[in-house]
Amino acid sequence: MSWSREEIAQRAAQELKDGFYVNLGIGIPTLVANYIPENVQVTLESENGMLGMGPFPYPDQVDPDLINAGKQTITELPQSSYFSSADSFAMIRGGHINLAILGAMQVAQNGDLANWMIPGKMIKGMGGAMDLVAGVNKVVVIMDHVAKDGTPKLLKACDLPLTGSGVTDLLITNLAVFDFQNELPLLTELAPGVDLEEIKEKTEAEFTVCPKLKRHLHVQ
Amino acid sequence: MKKLKKNAANALEGVLFDGMTIMAGGFGLCGIPENLIVALRDSGVKDITVISNNCGIDDFGLGILLQTRQIKKMLSSYVGENKTFEKQYMSGELELEFNPQGTLAERCRAGGAGIAAFYTKTGVGTIIAEGKEHKEFNGETYVMETGLVADLSLVKAWKADDEGNLVYRKTARNFNPVMATAGKVTIAEVEEHVSLGDFDPDHIHTPGIYVSSFIVGTDYKKPVEILTTREYVA
Repeated sequence: MSWSREEIAQRAAQELKDGFYVNLGIGIPTLVANYIPENVQVTLESENGMLGMGPFPYPDQVDPDLINAGKQTITELPQSSYFSSADSFAMIRGGHINLAILGAMQVAQNGDLANWMIPGKMIKGMGGAMDLVAGVNKVVVIMDHVAKDGTPKLLKACDLPLTGSGVTDLLITNLAVFDFQNELPLLTELAPGVDLEEIKEKTEAEFTVCPKLKRHLHVQ
Repeated sequence: MKKLKKNAANALEGVLFDGMTIMAGGFGLCGIPENLIVALRDSGVKDITVISNNCGIDDFGLGILLQTRQIKKMLSSYVGENKTFEKQYMSGELELEFNPQGTLAERCRAGGAGIAAFYTKTGVGTIIAEGKEHKEFNGETYVMETGLVADLSLVKAWKADDEGNLVYRKTARNFNPVMATAGKVTIAEVEEHVSLGDFDPDHIHTPGIYVSSFIVGTDYKKPVEILTTREYVA
């Protein structure tokens, strides 16, 4: 057993606090918007130049001048604002965004994050990822615990080119949650049906285990 | 001086030369100067260095300048969704310099503001920072990035008045305002030309000082790259 994509997004949504300004990456991080806890109001930022992203439009509301950073059509809200890319990244790099949630290819035990290029393959580019991990107050990384071929993705050191050095604050995988506040990652939660042995087997990085390790019996 | 020009070809007359550097506003296909890009292709100007967040798609936006092999080098943050780009880059025909998106925006802003360089934390410890000057401020390491200036900036706005004051619409604003400031010559294309006094001066996004000339574009396609909608629930 482990967490599904939806369940990972649901777990990540628990990191959202009332009043937060949040940037969600492409893929699973986008799903987090579906699980914002009740009584928590967050404002979603889109790095192409918008605060207060609304839901996807109804078919007759589609506006080609209104897209998110994933180039998807979206809508605005009464509190929305638009601004230039320079203003947008001033917000990001200036530490005004509380939380970013993004995907990764590899994470190292010192918090290094790699999510933008695989040498030898066509590189699409880093977009705003390097700015986000360098500037946002808290960086939550979401990824599968192991690669498709079964090799660990939480490593002693990343072998892929980095997106940022020592930038990861919290890692949520389909198997577990790790906190990166200390020198080594701290295993704080296990997904339903996952035990410590499985994590040890599937993790290359050194890590410590929280004395109050939370074992999820089912999804919240 | 009259800033409104008859059409895109007319506006580009006398400003193009081979080997020039051109900034083009837009994010994906949103807020791109559609008419000016077509006129740039038709002009035949070659060996251009293009500074733009993306490079269009195969058959629209800046992608059409790849098909005619007019671009020598791109400065971008993301170039996915373009097979022609991939082919020309992998074969070594096309040079590419990746800039983190915020660094790219700030380099344009700095260039337009006469700031030669600045320090940022973005990219520290990555290949982007290799060979660049590093400096510590308050115990943290920053990397130096230089300002960018272009021979020509092509931007897309929603409306312009006779002075060349510009107003953008929604997320079609993106890189356009900063690039408007960083061109030695800046040409805007707009959907609507309004009279002096129609804009509230408090609501102008780009003051006309940055705009050398502008045109009213025609036949806007504004393609949507990823159409995402929700269903009406009865």
